[in-house]
Amino acid sequence: MKRVIEGDVQSLRARKFLMWLFVISSFMFFAALTSGFIVYTGGSAERGIKIVLPQIFKFSTGAIILSSITMYRAYWAAKRLDFTQEKRYLVFTILLGILFFAFQLLAWHTLIEEGVYFVNYNASQSFIYVFTGAHLLHIILGIFFLTYTLLGCIKNIPHNHNLFRLEVTSIFWHFIDILWIYLYVFLLLGQ
Amino acid sequence: MASAVKLDHAVSGHHHDHDHGHHKETFITKYIFSQDHKMIAKQFLITGIIMAVIAMILSVLFRLQLGWPDKSFPILETFLGKWAEGGRIKPDFFLALVTIHGTMMVFFVLTAGLSGTFSNLLIPLQIGARDMASPFLNMLSYWLFFLACAIMLGSFFTQTGPASAGWTVYPPLSALPKAIPGSGIGMTLWLISMTSFVASALIGGLNYISTILNMRTRGMDLWKMPLTIWALFLTAILGVLTFPVLVAAVVLLIFDRSFGTSFYLSEIVVAGQTLPNQGGSPILWQHLFWFLGHPEVYIVIMPALGITSEVIAVNSRKPIFGYHAMVYSLIGITVLSFIVWGHHMFVTGMNPFLGGVFMITTLIIAVPSAVKTFNYLATLWRGNIRFTPAMLFAIGLVSFFISGGLTGIFLGNSVLDINLHDTYFVVAHFHLVMGSAAIFGMLCGVYHWFPKLFGRMMDEKLAYLHFWLTFAGAYLVFFPMHFMGLDGVPRRYYAFTEFEFMKEWLTVNEFVSWAAIVAALAQVAFLYNFFHSIFYGKKATPNPWHANTLEWTTPVEHLHGNWPGEIPAVYRWPYDYSKPGHEEDFIQQTTPFSQTMSSNLLHDFEGNMEAERIQLDWEAKHKHEMSTRV
Ligand code: HEM
Ligand SMILES: [Cu+2]
Repeated sequence: MKRVIEGDVQSLRARKFLMWLFVISSFMFFAALTSGFIVYTGGSAERGIKIVLPQIFKFSTGAIILSSITMYRAYWAAKRLDFTQEKRYLVFTILLGILFFAFQLLAWHTLIEEGVYFVNYNASQSFIYVFTGAHLLHIILGIFFLTYTLLGCIKNIPHNHNLFRLEVTSIFWHFIDILWIYLYVFLLLGQ
Repeated sequence: MASAVKLDHAVSGHHHDHDHGHHKETFITKYIFSQDHKMIAKQFLITGIIMAVIAMILSVLFRLQLGWPDKSFPILETFLGKWAEGGRIKPDFFLALVTIHGTMMVFFVLTAGLSGTFSNLLIPLQIGARDMASPFLNMLSYWLFFLACAIMLGSFFTQTGPASAGWTVYPPLSALPKAIPGSGIGMTLWLISMTSFVASALIGGLNYISTILNMRTRGMDLWKMPLTIWALFLTAILGVLTFPVLVAAVVLLIFDRSFGTSFYLSEIVVAGQTLPNQGGSPILWQHLFWFLGHPEVYIVIMPALGITSEVIAVNSRKPIFGYHAMVYSLIGITVLSFIVWGHHMFVTGMNPFLGGVFMITTLIIAVPSAVKTFNYLATLWRGNIRFTPAMLFAIGLVSFFISGGLTGIFLGNSVLDINLHDTYFVVAHFHLVMGSAAIFGMLCGVYHWFPKLFGRMMDEKLAYLHFWLTFAGAYLVFFPMHFMGLDGVPRRYYAFTEFEFMKEWLTVNEFVSWAAIVAALAQVAFLYNFFHSIFYGKKATPNPWHANTLEWTTPVEHLHGNWPGEIPAVYRWPYDYSKPGHEEDFIQQTTPFSQTMSSNLLHDFEGNMEAERIQLDWEAKHKHEMSTRV
């Protein structure tokens, strides 16, 4: 039986590593998009963002940073075997993720009101939608992971598996937090 | 605890035992939705072979058009209907054939078929693991690949035909559904299929990397890994870093096609009508595409190089020459392949200074490639060569890699490329260095590991026939193309009858088409041999080639978990062939040094003083014996 457990530990480690690799490939996706933006925008003076970005982006940034903190608290609660706290902070994180999502949609709304459409002769402006849209897909995936972890915790799965899910989820969640900050700063520099 | 159950199960090794209780295997879980890496490897291989046959038939069809542009083949109309009215292939369909041939060969055969097969088969077996990090994702990877193949084939059954903008699908051609028939639904299906393919390649790649880094058996440190594993590892890294870039490019293309954005489109007039799109940049696509596209060609060749390294060492009965140099050159290729993509874009109006930069990086990448060829030759040099079928194909790869690599140096020169770009010279270059070389690597792997895959041997006589016809055929097809290219004959043209200066090449084209047909027919020898031997081949012994690597320590019958008992530990590198002082000409990685006292060298111990002392003591005691033996 000892070997079986060792095998289990090895396979959990290997699967956690999968998440790191996924983060890397996902980062490459955004690196490609932002490089595409640079190549495109650098091509002519008529291109570029040319507007002030919606203020709501500041609120969404606040929400997602806060959600990273709650994610961290959930992880530490689980380490201390405090499962009520773990559940509570996971729920907070999910709610903040949904809030972030809503803020982004509001930001799109503001953009549209300002006449900055997705279908646009100045594709630099279309890129704003591509960046935020692709990021929102990641948020959906993140919320899915969070829910899965929460369910595991509620169902009282073995602790090492609970911790495994939590670790994998928090790698991803912190990543999409940092990713948003990267995209936001990138857009701010471009504006 | 699913994985624990599985491991437990593996230990007992009763996978045929249907009343075993908790784990029943049905036809579906064993052959279709299998999570066993060996079965998934076979699925990748057979799907890859089917795709290769289809892509080859497509190429014969367009060779018919190129070789006999004025002739009518009524039989074509029977099979292709309106695409070959009057027995002549239509121009639109010709473009579709070229496009789908390229896409299938590069992505489905030489990426999924090659990496997918050998990563799945060899990674767990050669590093000593029971399976992949995530067998489930592994299965998903195969099925996404299957879906991609099905969708791509499905595009032949649409009204307007498959995508026709070339395998690089440059916009605006690919972005405007009305531009040519193939840019309609066919292009949409191409994009969907490739998205599925990229998902498959990414999931597979993540799994391969994680498995290699986390699941090696005791003693298998990185510098004891066979070169196949190094090559598959670096290939997977390259894929994980570059395929997402293709996704980004494809996403923007989809927006341009279906939502009316203008990422790639600007000021276009189609049939007298000005399109609304403005301000886009078609060059943006080329940057994004080739940032993937160039690494992709190395994704194709590196597994083939890894397989060849292994097969050449085994069949020369010699350690591979410069193991470390082989690894470092693979790493060098991996790193450099990110900074050479501009050599596909020399004539896009790129700043000449930038062109110069890309020229220099391109010429530098030729260095690690050359290191590899020299090391192959040095391994062969004065080896005790056994010309097994696999060995012949490995040597064939080396030959193609050299002759195709040389023309790369010409193309990499930004000034020469003004003349050579988009001519048959480029076609000749990449069909030798990538097409033929990688296919030979793949066939080499199939012949070598067939006993491991199916527990039986392939027929050698048929294999020799297959090798010589294919080897000669490939050179006869592609070598003349260099001269056409130097004369300025452009690629992807439908017929050479309309241009005065190309007419003199008609006879050459006819010759090339004959060579292609013969080479295609030669593949029947392989297909028959392959499928016949699966069922009726000679039964294989556990280690038919007397090789050192771990996969040959597993039983011929496949088991879940690969080894019936403990996973063996590894004590030495994989290339101890013909080691002086040892009675056999190979020493498996699982043989500890304590059992090979007569052949140990001090540097085998990597600075372990205790082991060195024991060895010296032993040698002092056996001095007499040693000297008589030598
Ligand atoms: C010796 C090193 C090599 C150099 C310097 C080199 C250089 C080049 C250059 C400059 C081109 C662009 C030609 C043009 O379109 O005008 C090219 C095309 C190509 N090369 Fe290489 N190459 C090398 C090795 C390889 C290898 C090892 C592979 C694949 C395994 C490869 C695959 C290709 C392919 C597929 C294309 C054509 C893509 C297309 O336009 O459809 N090359 N090469
Ligand atoms: Cu290239």
